[in-house]
Amino acid sequence: MIAIVDYGLGNLRSIYNALVRVNAAPEIVREPEGLAEADGVVVPGVGAFGRCMEKLSRFGDPLYDVRKAGTPMLGICIGLQVLFEKSQESPEARGLGWISGQVVRLPEDVNIPHMGWNNLSIKKPVDLLDGVVDGDMFYFVHSYYCLPIDRSVIAATTDYGTDVTAMISKDNLTATQFHPEKSGQKGLRILENFVRSTRC
Amino acid sequence: MLAKRIIPCLDCDLGVPGGRVVKGIEFKQIRYAGIPWELAGKYYEDGADEIVFLDITASHERRDTMVSVIKKTSESVFVPLAVGGGIKSVEEAREVFNAGADKISVNTSALKRPELISEIADYYGNQAVIIAIDAKRRYNLEKGREIIETPEGRCWFECSFYGGREFTGIDALAWAKNAERLGAGEILLTSMDRDGTYDGFDIPLTDAVSRMVRIPVIASGGVGKPEHMLEVFQKTNASAALAASIFHYGEWRIQDVKEYLVENGVHMRL
Repeated sequence: MIAIVDYGLGNLRSIYNALVRVNAAPEIVREPEGLAEADGVVVPGVGAFGRCMEKLSRFGDPLYDVRKAGTPMLGICIGLQVLFEKSQESPEARGLGWISGQVVRLPEDVNIPHMGWNNLSIKKPVDLLDGVVDGDMFYFVHSYYCLPIDRSVIAATTDYGTDVTAMISKDNLTATQFHPEKSGQKGLRILENFVRSTRC
Repeated sequence: MLAKRIIPCLDCDLGVPGGRVVKGIEFKQIRYAGIPWELAGKYYEDGADEIVFLDITASHERRDTMVSVIKKTSESVFVPLAVGGGIKSVEEAREVFNAGADKISVNTSALKRPELISEIADYYGNQAVIIAIDAKRRYNLEKGREIIETPEGRCWFECSFYGGREFTGIDALAWAKNAERLGAGEILLTSMDRDGTYDGFDIPLTDAVSRMVRIPVIASGGVGKPEHMLEVFQKTNASAALAASIFHYGEWRIQDVKEYLVENGVHMRL
């Protein structure tokens, strides 16, 4: 079973439908206890960093257990950003802090939000990018982006006024700034790869 | 590099079971085009970067029909879905988001109560709120208006609401700026003078608005051939082009239009 963490924000139907499409058995999990039996965990995210952390905090420890257990995890959009220590969007809020670094505002000379399809520049080969090639396009919607201190966690970037972290990968943890569930066939491919990783 | 987007727009008449897609000319004469979720699926397969549903019946009783259209569409269409027409509150927006919409578009209700933009943006994020502006040229130059030079003469643009049936006296350019300040994440800018005419986008209008705001602008109204899309991307800062008629009636396939644009130097997802 793949758990989609529902901490009370945003639209989970898209990711649910996309996982069904790639033959997974997703389940929307509203209580932290529900994560224990999961073979894989998806952390979606919309809205502001601060509000997201506020709602997500009660899942903090169970998610950490999932990570320690080596269960594949996939963060999407704000679900990537919350892995970091802090964000300029909500300076008072603390992120999960699993990845050192912070989340900063996109440069001033580009349209904000960064909204639409952009090319992926692959930095390291990871299983989740199987079937995806340099230059493939994915759907982004965000105004802030992640700056990890350890650049080796970056699996892919995209160019939007600067090198924007598009995907990070570390052990059992993968997270994307783009929305695979809204990125057509290529996005479904990434989800399919994730589902496959939960069956190993 | 960020690609320009091509967005088919499905104007939905929800007064029949399951709804139907229709298209008017200059906001009037209506022609039947297909079943909403079927057409959306076809456009997805055909390379649509995003899909917009507009409920032109826009009455609360029809909301259930729109909700079922979105639910059905989101099962097989994996690009962003935007929904507009008659949404007046966060609660009404929630029904549509829960059905699977990624963005909602507001027009009349936001002109009547601008705080609606902030209310929805606070809850769902700025990226989830599109402000739809239906703008009409006015050649009577009034004081305090944003005056734009056009080949047809100097004019200002007036916002319309209730699907083009009534005018507000509000300056469309000033409203665009205001909507951005209130938290809108994107502007769907329709030229009422061009809508359904096949004469091409209103370039001076699109240029003025897309230079005035930092949020993405979707150009709409008047596209009759791929050259019009090329023109709007070459001459303005529009992020996306929206079209209905040329796709609905089989004149052009989305993929063909995108290939044409790429050949002419526009960055697109193929």
